[in-house]
Parts: sequence; structure tokens; C-alpha cells
Amino acid sequence: MSDKTFDILNKILVSLIVIIIVYPLIFVVSASISDPAAVSTGKMWLWPVDITLDGFKIVFQNDDIWMGYRNTIIYVVLGIVVHLALLLPCAYALSRPEVKWKTGILWFILFTMLFNGGMIPTYLVVKNLGMLDTIWAIVIPGALGAWSILVARTFFEQNVPNQLVEAAKIDGASDFYIFFKIALPLSIPIIAVMALFHGVGLWNQYFSALIYLSDRNLFPLQLILREILVLNEMSATEGVQDISGSVGSFADQVKIAAQIKYAVMIVSTLPLIIVYPFVQRFFVQGVLIGSVKE
Amino acid sequence: MASKNSASQALPNGKPKTSLKKHFAANWQVYALLMPALIYFFIFNYIPMYGIQIAFKDFIANLGFWGSPWVGFEHFERFFNSYYFVRLLKNTLLLSLYMLILFPLPIIFALSLHELSYGKFKKWAQTLTYAPHFISVVVVVGMIVAFLDPITGLINHVIEFFGGTSKNFLTDPDWFRHIFVWSGQWQSLGWGTIIYLAALAGVNPELIEAAKVDGATRMQRILHINIPAIMPTIVILFILNMGSFMQIGFEKVLLLQNNLNSETSDVIATFVYQTGILEGQYSFSTAVGLFESVINIIVLVSANYLARRVSNNSLW
Repeated sequence: MSDKTFDILNKILVSLIVIIIVYPLIFVVSASISDPAAVSTGKMWLWPVDITLDGFKIVFQNDDIWMGYRNTIIYVVLGIVVHLALLLPCAYALSRPEVKWKTGILWFILFTMLFNGGMIPTYLVVKNLGMLDTIWAIVIPGALGAWSILVARTFFEQNVPNQLVEAAKIDGASDFYIFFKIALPLSIPIIAVMALFHGVGLWNQYFSALIYLSDRNLFPLQLILREILVLNEMSATEGVQDISGSVGSFADQVKIAAQIKYAVMIVSTLPLIIVYPFVQRFFVQGVLIGSVKE
Repeated sequence: MASKNSASQALPNGKPKTSLKKHFAANWQVYALLMPALIYFFIFNYIPMYGIQIAFKDFIANLGFWGSPWVGFEHFERFFNSYYFVRLLKNTLLLSLYMLILFPLPIIFALSLHELSYGKFKKWAQTLTYAPHFISVVVVVGMIVAFLDPITGLINHVIEFFGGTSKNFLTDPDWFRHIFVWSGQWQSLGWGTIIYLAALAGVNPELIEAAKVDGATRMQRILHINIPAIMPTIVILFILNMGSFMQIGFEKVLLLQNNLNSETSDVIATFVYQTGILEGQYSFSTAVGLFESVINIIVLVSANYLARRVSNNSLW
């Protein structure tokens, strides 16, 4: 095979993969703004047909979605704060040469990557701490992992030079002062990466909410989505009558319900879609720093 | 530096206690920064590990992890003798193996992306294929449910278009594994290339140039330069993959599971959730979970051992 044929075949292969990956995404976007009849009969297969925003109207009238959105935003913001508050001081301290028993401490942390208590003992600990059905059950368990400590520590080691810290100490600066006023300002990139990673994880997770929360008022968006998208519990269709009063037939409701599903997917993923192009670079860097073995 | 050295050198001089005291007096703030995270790991990782003992006990909430009475291997025996044991183990292993077979796909895709010349096409291909990684598992399963719907779903429209009859894939046990594994590939294929692409970027360009001079084709250069160059990365990722061998992303299994496909979709982790969280059989489900963890560790250690013997690359 000549290099030229190789090039052409390779481009075709990559194009095919890209198309396969992107097609479902385009379909969801198109289906969310198309006439439900066209979607459910298969007339709409790529671009929107008979554009309508009814699906979004119903979604935005749904109280559960708003509540889920509000709860998720609270969990993400609070969760990032807790994550950084635990992660950054620890990673900085572990990057300092004067800390004693460092190998032992690192093993203490790394061992949690190899082995863990499992779902049930962890659940029982959370339960015993009285965290069930509180915000803290979502925010605190899982707030910190060994991987992010390794990544942040590597960053501190490479970007906060020891000479700088020693010089500050000679000038009489305390470790707290050095951490807050010197190390953190030098580490904005890693703080952003870690916050984004953790934030996306919190935005997307449903399982800890499923096991730790039973109070509906605390449900994050993903649990509401699970009801609508997976369990087909269409509390969202309550809005159908409101908006289209006369449209009462069961068949119509089914069709509109399908459209609502597509609209819900868009609405729940929107924040990530908007942020994604800007932060993709950071995520890639995060993965790469994390994969560097010392 | 100076103070640290004098502190540690003071140790052999017979006054370890005072020098340690001095060390902490001088550096207590660093340790204070360290503590919250260590306390966190202690509470949320080590206490649950300590709690694993209830797998060998009959857990009674009032008595706690320690006070509950011992019952030995009773829960394990019950699990091994139950009729669902074989089914759970088989489903978990088959699903894991299926995913393992597809391990080379991101490598092939990375090699393919790497051969593209720098430019907009390559950038777009990467950005677009990374995107599904950020979609939540609930939305992905929602998409699967919507696409496979027997009446309104896209897939069945296509089947009908070509003269077939529509079917409900999600309630068919024969289809569960394919749906689970391939939707996973859809979501993670692009993201999985990142580490390989970084390794490929580190390949010595002189090697490539020398091969070109010797008349090697693109394919030969990939086979004899690029693949050997990223082999260490491949081995490490393979071991890591084996380490989570039985952890098949059961959060997605749970969402895709229904009464009709449970014949193939029942896996150990969903069983732990079912018996532990839903039915409150804490000791029994802990035993089942522990069984899974132990297999996981055995697989990880053996994979690491094999890798060290065969390729001189290993995690430890």
C-alpha cells in the first residue's frame, strides 16, 4: 500500500468514526426541536423538521426539573469547595521536603486506590454519621480521591520552587502564609482543572443520590432525569395538558412525551456543552499530568 | 533547609524526642495543612475497610461493626450455594471479558489520529470524539432507551425501512451485553486516545526519518516504530484495566436493567445494591462485595506479575 492510499484510507476511517460518534448527538438536538410526529414516525432523521419549541416549553414549566437543577448547582458548588479545601492543603504539604514519614503517608493515601470498603460498609458509615437525607451525603463522601492528590502534588512540586518557599521562610513567612499567598496564586491552572473535573463528576453522578437520599426535595437533576428518561415516570407530562389543553389523546401524549425526553437531555447537558469547548484543553492536561508516573 | 537538616541529624545524637518536638514546633503548620485530608481518608476509606468484618458477622445496627456477633463464613456459603451465584459470576465475567476484548480499539484510533497531518480536521476529530465522555450516564441510557424504542425509536425505523420487523432490544437478554459494551465504546473511544496520543507525540522523529530513508511504508513505520514505542503505556493501561476488571461501571448496568433482561444483566455489583441497600441484608451483601473485591485484587496482581515477566513493564 502506498503512502497516499494509506492517507486516504486513514482519513476515511477517522471520518467514519467521527460520524458514528457525532450522529446520535445531532439526532438528539434535532429531535428536541422537531415536530414530535415527524420524530416518532422516522421522518426526521438528521436535521430538524417543522421546528417547534413546545418540548422545551413543557420542560421549563416542570417544577421537578427546576428543583433538580437548583439542587445540582448547590451540590456542585459546595462539592467543589469541599474538594479543594481538602485537596489543596494536603497536596501542597506532601510536596514539601521537610514533611516526615512521607512514604508512609503516601501509602496510606495510595492504598485506598487498590482496596476499599465497598458499597455497603461505606453506606453504613455515612448512615452512622447522620448524613442520610442531607446535602452532606452528596458533598462529602467521594469529596477526595488519591488520584487528584497525586496530580496536584506533582503540580506543586514542579511549579512552587523550593528556593522560593525557603526564601519566604527566611523572611519570616509562616507555612500558612506561604500556602495561601505564594503557593495558591502560582497554582491557578491546577485549581481550575481539579475544580472542573470534580464539578463535572458531581453534575453527572446519580448513584450516591440514589442510595443516600430519599427526600424528593433534595433530588439532584440526574435523579429527576432518571425518572423521566429511564423509568418513564412522566411526571413531566403533567405539563402537557397545561400547554395544549385540547390535545388530550393518548397517542399525542406519547409523542409529546418522547419529545420532552430529547428536550430534557439537551437542557440537562447544556451547561457542559457550553463550557466544553473552552475547557477541553484543561481536561486533556489533567489526564496527562495524572498519567505521569514518577 | 538548614533547620530541617539539623533537626534530622540530631536524631542519632541521643535526643530524638526533643528534636522531634523541635521539628513539629517549627513545622506544625505544614502538618496542619495535611491533617484534614488524612482524617477524611480515615473516616471515609479506612473505617469502611474496618467495617468489612461484618461480612463474617451478623450485623446488628445497635452493636455496630465491632459488637455484632461472629458467624464465620456463613454468608459466603449462602452466596456460593445460592442458585444465582453461577449466573452472577458468569454475567460479571462475560461482560468484563467483552470489554477487555475491545481494549485495542482506542489504541487503533489513536494510531490513526496520529497519522493525520496537523490541521483543522485532526482538531475537530478530537474535539468531537471526546465530547460524549462528558455526557452523564443517565442521559446516555436515556438516549439508548429513546433510540431503541420499539415504536418511536430511530433504530427500529431503520430496521423497518429495510424491510425488517421492529423489536424491543432492551427487554431481550441476548442484546444486553452488546448494547452495554458498544454504548460504552461510543462514549469513551475518543477520550481513551488521549494518553496514547501523548505517548505517540514522544516518539523520536529521527527514528521515523531513518525508517523513511530506508524505504519503510507508513504501515511498516506504525508497526515497527510507533507501536513498540507506546508499548509501555499500553501495558500499564492494560494492567490498570485489569485492576478494575470486575468493576464494570455497574451504575449503567443498573439503569439498563429490567426484569426481562436480568438473565444477562444481573451482575455482582447490582446484586450487592439490591440485597444491601434495598433489602437491608448488610452482612450478606458485604460478603458478596468482598468476594468481588478479592477476585479483583487477584486479577490485578496476576496481570502485574505476567506483565513483569513478559514485557518488563509493570505497576510495581
